[in-house]
Amino acid sequence: MKNFSILVVDDEEDFTETLVKRLSKRKMNATGVQSGEDALEILKKNSIDVVILDIKMPGGMDGIETLREIKKMQPLCEVLLLTGHGSMETSIEGMKLGAFDYLLKPVKLEELFPKLAEAFQRKDAQDQKIRGAQVTKLLRHGRLIP
Amino acid sequence: MYEMIYRRLQNKIILLTLLVSFTPLLILGVTMYYQFMRSSRANTESQIKYRAYARAEALNRFLKERTAILGAMADTHNISEISDETRLARIFEIMNARCGAFVDLGVIDDQGRHIAYVGPYDLKGRNYFDQPWFAEVVSKGAYMSDVYMGYRKMPHFIIAVRRHENWKPWILRATIDPEILNEIVRSAQIGKTGDAYIINRNGVYETQPRFDGRILFESDLDPNLFGGQVDVVELKDKNGRPVLCAGSWLKNNKWLLVIEQDPAELMEELFAVRYTEILIISIGLMAIILTTIFTTRITVKHLKESDKKMVEMNAKLVQSDKMAAIGKMAAGVAHEINNPLAVILQKTGWIEDLLEEEEFQESENFKEFRLSVLKIEEHVERARKVVHNMLGFARKMEPRLEDVDINETLNQTIDMVENYARINNIQIQVDFTKDLPIIASDQAQLQQVFLNLINNAIDAIGKDGLIEITTDCNDTEIYINFKDDGSGIAEDVQNKIFDPFYTTKVTGKGIGLGLWVIYNIINKMGGSIKVQSVMGHGAKFIVTIPVVKPEKK
Repeated sequence: MKNFSILVVDDEEDFTETLVKRLSKRKMNATGVQSGEDALEILKKNSIDVVILDIKMPGGMDGIETLREIKKMQPLCEVLLLTGHGSMETSIEGMKLGAFDYLLKPVKLEELFPKLAEAFQRKDAQDQKIRGAQVTKLLRHGRLIP
Repeated sequence: MYEMIYRRLQNKIILLTLLVSFTPLLILGVTMYYQFMRSSRANTESQIKYRAYARAEALNRFLKERTAILGAMADTHNISEISDETRLARIFEIMNARCGAFVDLGVIDDQGRHIAYVGPYDLKGRNYFDQPWFAEVVSKGAYMSDVYMGYRKMPHFIIAVRRHENWKPWILRATIDPEILNEIVRSAQIGKTGDAYIINRNGVYETQPRFDGRILFESDLDPNLFGGQVDVVELKDKNGRPVLCAGSWLKNNKWLLVIEQDPAELMEELFAVRYTEILIISIGLMAIILTTIFTTRITVKHLKESDKKMVEMNAKLVQSDKMAAIGKMAAGVAHEINNPLAVILQKTGWIEDLLEEEEFQESENFKEFRLSVLKIEEHVERARKVVHNMLGFARKMEPRLEDVDINETLNQTIDMVENYARINNIQIQVDFTKDLPIIASDQAQLQQVFLNLINNAIDAIGKDGLIEITTDCNDTEIYINFKDDGSGIAEDVQNKIFDPFYTTKVTGKGIGLGLWVIYNIINKMGGSIKVQSVMGHGAKFIVTIPVVKPEKK
């Protein structure tokens, strides 16, 4: 399986740093940033498969705004929302904007992994679909597949 | 305290209403009575005035007739003719036949000698020269006497006319029987108190009065009180009672006809009306009093009820405001706690990851590290549960609507706790209303409510006791009662038990969210929960859920 890229976005540096470290230790390609703006900077330059995004981030862009921008920039990128309080409305709004699922903080790796796996699968399926479409397009034009 | 305020208000309304209603009624009654009395008095006065006038006229006519016939007889005969007693007797006969009331008739010459006489007494030859009336009749031509006894020892009066013949005067004199006079006067003595009599200018009775006094004796009445044709004056009798007197001077200008009447007698009709009026007013007053008391009581009762409802509604509003504020705060607090918890959990996870590495596994404190990390995780988990429970109702959000049989849901819930109850020797007794309607509600949430309440009841009892669960309903609501015979809830605590984090359980056994969550679930369903308890006598929770009919599929 492909080594999926993960971006962790949370204003709590201790949180992003530790989670990134733990994911990296498990051989995953994870990066952490502390704001929505920083996340978008990364997305401009790199293709990211899954974003773990905190909904409530005081100061700059909040989770929902960031999510909106991510979906504009990379519509196929899967977003998993993290929420610190029980506000269902925000989570549901996030789901409507294209978030894949949401999890309630504090979250254990054991709870996070099944969701991540699901996200990877979806992303993989999407990628294959696009690749298949590209192959068909190429074949139709009579070009050789390298 | 409140009871006294309502009682005072009630008394004030009653007093004010009665005052406002009574005043015009009494004023009207009194005014009407005095108006009636005045007109009745005026009526009485005019009545006796008319009576006096009519009788005086009759008396005048009587006297005028006698005087006229006497004058006619004198004018039509000369002294020689009339001195003939046979002729005189004939004249006497004619006079009595035409007018009546003549007792005798006599002729007196210019020397005062009685020269001829017809009548029952022996008066012939008597000389009246020295009598004062003789001179008066000679000089004035006509004379009428007061009533007097004279030689006959019988009350009588005379009329006399004078004629001149050959420059000498002679007099024709007749005695009048006063009985006819009395009869006319007596006819004016009306009713029980009415009197009528004649007095002369000196106040001497000329006729016999009906009550006090005797003929020819002096009366108490002052004739000078009367002047005009007919005057009415009010006097007091011997007993001090008011007497109305009407007096009319006769045309002879010597006699006063007096009519007396007790005004009370004529006003008896008024007094009869007075009693009727008092009776009607009394009945009216009674009706007003009763109606006022009745309507005031009803009004105050309604007021009391609506006040009570308002107080209850205010309490409900305050409670739901409080709950909303707490809910908001809870969400904020949850966020602030969950973020550090998330960091702690990641950090312990990282430590765990590192402990997996070989070099750490050889450390002698490896097990201690491992155990500490596990404990930290355990307590993070505990804290997480608290926050999650606190947000429990918020997360559940919109209740899922499904067809719910309350009795069935209760049975399922009881099944879950029955074993635990049996171990503690707690009996769960149910009495369900069979025809409870199926409602559209969230069964899982209701189950949580029932489970929390039964668990609380078991905790309140501890060991050996009874929990009674009953259901009941009307058209709009279903009632579910949970009654235990546990320790009960103190009155000052009863209004706090639905607040979050309020618990009476020992530390670690409960965090005080159970009833708060129940309260919010039931509230969202549009229902209510109440507690009734007396310390030491158990507690009863009454859950009310509105009947929401399931949509037809």
